[in-house]
Amino acid sequence: MVQMSRWKVTLLALALVFGLVFSYANLLSPAQRAALPGWAPKSTLNLGLDLQGGSYLLLQVDVDAMREKRLSNLGEDARQTLSEAQIGVVGVARDGNGVVITLNNPAQMEAGLTAMRNLLGGGVAMGSDRTVSRQGDNRIRYGFTDAAMAAMGPTAVDQSIEVVRRRIDSLGTREPSITRQGAERIVVQAPGESDPTQLERVIGQTAQLTFQMVDVENSIQEAMAGAVPPDAELLMGEDGTPYLVKRRVIVSGENLVNANVTTDQSNRPAIGFRFDGQGARRFGDTTAANIGKPFAIILDGKVISAPRINSAITGGSGIIEGSFTIASASELVNLLNGGSLPAPLTVEERRSVTASLGADSVAAGKLATLIAFIGVLVFMILSYGLLFGGISVIALLLNGLLIIAAMSMTGATLTLPGIAGLILTLGMAVDANVLIYERMRDEANNGRSPIAAMDAGFNRAIVTIFDANLTTILAALIMFYFGAGPVRGFAWTLSIGVVTSVFTAVLVTQVLLFVWYRTQRPKKLPIAW
Amino acid sequence: MSKFWPLIKLLPNRTNFRFVKYARLFGALSVLLVVGSIFFTVWPADNKCGGLACGVDFLGGNLIEMSTRPEPVDLAEIRASLNGMGVPDAQVQSYSVPGTDPTGRYHAMAKFGNIEGATATETINQVKAGLTRDLGPEVAFTRTEAVGAAVSNELLTNGIMALVVAIILMMVYIWFRFEWQFGIGAVIGLFHDVILTFGLFAVTGMEFSLTTVAAVLTVIGYSMNDTVVVYDRIRENLRKYKKMPLGELIDLSLNETLSRTIMTGVTTLFALIALAVLGGGPLQPFAFALIFGIVVGTYSSIYVAAPILLIWGVKRGAKEEDAKPIKLGMASRP
Repeated sequence: MVQMSRWKVTLLALALVFGLVFSYANLLSPAQRAALPGWAPKSTLNLGLDLQGGSYLLLQVDVDAMREKRLSNLGEDARQTLSEAQIGVVGVARDGNGVVITLNNPAQMEAGLTAMRNLLGGGVAMGSDRTVSRQGDNRIRYGFTDAAMAAMGPTAVDQSIEVVRRRIDSLGTREPSITRQGAERIVVQAPGESDPTQLERVIGQTAQLTFQMVDVENSIQEAMAGAVPPDAELLMGEDGTPYLVKRRVIVSGENLVNANVTTDQSNRPAIGFRFDGQGARRFGDTTAANIGKPFAIILDGKVISAPRINSAITGGSGIIEGSFTIASASELVNLLNGGSLPAPLTVEERRSVTASLGADSVAAGKLATLIAFIGVLVFMILSYGLLFGGISVIALLLNGLLIIAAMSMTGATLTLPGIAGLILTLGMAVDANVLIYERMRDEANNGRSPIAAMDAGFNRAIVTIFDANLTTILAALIMFYFGAGPVRGFAWTLSIGVVTSVFTAVLVTQVLLFVWYRTQRPKKLPIAW
Repeated sequence: MSKFWPLIKLLPNRTNFRFVKYARLFGALSVLLVVGSIFFTVWPADNKCGGLACGVDFLGGNLIEMSTRPEPVDLAEIRASLNGMGVPDAQVQSYSVPGTDPTGRYHAMAKFGNIEGATATETINQVKAGLTRDLGPEVAFTRTEAVGAAVSNELLTNGIMALVVAIILMMVYIWFRFEWQFGIGAVIGLFHDVILTFGLFAVTGMEFSLTTVAAVLTVIGYSMNDTVVVYDRIRENLRKYKKMPLGELIDLSLNETLSRTIMTGVTTLFALIALAVLGGGPLQPFAFALIFGIVVGTYSSIYVAAPILLIWGVKRGAKEEDAKPIKLGMASRP
């Protein structure tokens, strides 16, 4: 200790510079920050949702429902294809990743297989996601490959994240964070969103738009009594009117190029749409073949409207009439343009805090931190005197600076429990000082000279300080690993606080006491008897 | 320099409390408190959280926090309003000490299940509309939470896992740094602190949530911190005084570290009391848990973790070469 190593002083100076440089931006207004030169650190403390207000949503991607739907479509595809090839079908039954179709006449087996193989698109060699195989004399199996089944979940989650992002962007929410959690979950964090319900409504809607023919051959009364034909389904209109609709989808939202808010002939809000080439052709063909019959426009399983086809619609564009308000029409337009969700999303967890509660918490947190700091300051100076107490207060100040700098630099989020972690750190930070001082007192009281007491005090206390603080870091790491949101913020703040507090308490105390000893050459330590 | 300045000189140079003498008495008291805490935490057993007032984090369900200013919230009115809407399992409570919020708000929270046939979102929207109608427009909804059954189960599992892993890691660490007797002593001390903190929450009915688990983990960290400081001194004295009976040696070590224990405890409590009084409603249960835990943790370092070493005894005299891990030679330099 008599020869103060130069690197300790250098390290301390570097820490001070680091602290000032990286916490400086917190004092500036956003405009001033923007004016800083490019190389200057601009990151500031990142307030958690509980401090700035906002919404947190944990969404579960319902992959099972999506698989179920895909399998159901598979059956419809097969039925339709075979019926167009005039091959009689006895039944279609679900079988694992696919369906098994039983043919009426085993003689048509080859024709059936050919028709079904055409469905595979690019051909088996190209690696389709589906397979067609023969089972016995009169059965064909049509199903997804195992790889396709396995990829369905992850793909759906990725697509869902994209769609959710586009939808939230359309709301104009600032800086939303959308991340995947685990295999089938999405976390949405939107700061400042005052209405979590709107956010949830916009995110939660699947926005699956389909155009399907209305089944006019079968009676709706019989269907409602339970006799729904296998190729049709019973759907409700928005006003509760039942519709019997063919299962086959003519065109879906995937073929949509653009949707916009417009008005119908009687000047009510309506939705204009335009299909891509494939969609326009399919829609044109179907409408040409079904003039005079009604078709249904279906959104998420509800019939919005069921207009009659007056003439073939070949241009690929049209309008959807329904009972829209301007607001609901524009919300739907945003949803349609953002794309439909591949799978339904369910809200598993939802937390929201108003900005005013957040601001109150910040104000209360600041006050509590200030008072806690003053309390510790007064107590330390009263206990150990201006010199030793003062040194620990300087260490504490540098500690605070370093915590703010480290948190700003790493972009860590300061949460409400994080503020508690900060205050706790204030109290515990002086522990290192106390351990050192108490050791020094011990040694001095045992008759050592001041310099020997200081030296021994340091060296012995440091082992204890290291052991003792490592346990807190361990606890914080566990919190970080197992905890969610705010708890992680607390763990992170606590970890940074422990590291910086040991660093500053040990180094600041050592360097400053050395300077004091060099200049004063004291005969005894003021804290000893 | 006077005799009383700085004030640390008021603490006697060397105290001679005979802690170990009363170890049996306090040991019995601790066992009693631990058994009581376990009882109140676990009972009633048919409840998922036992006697703990688990929040929606662990039980699932919905929560709304509301505040009014300047009139206090009328809890009975909220209860009546919720019952009128047919909301199941409604619980209403005031969650901050009235009048202590520096922002002048009065906070209350309501927990409830979903209205039959409605989703969480629909239920929350109906409840908000109903409460605004019944309580008047001055009520502000400051926080809403809805946690589904699957998520709440995961959070509970993770919370328990975190506590168990924390305690095991601490034991391994102490075992590694000291000897197994110390590891066992430290873990018994930790269980003591954790269980008593659980007991406090069960008896007072304060909400047990994710943040409470964070508080308990912090208490574990602090209590370990305290225990390590005491153990460190015991280990040092074991090498210094080879013949001293273990009981006396523990007393000596506790007395030597007592001033540090008091100083650190007091500064930490200072900071936490500031947090409890000024930190606003949401942080109060958290601050209370920490304050209680730190008092208990300090007590357990002295009366649980240290005297428990007497039960198994510790190895003496061995590992002579470890006796000087720190450069004592430095001290004799001119």
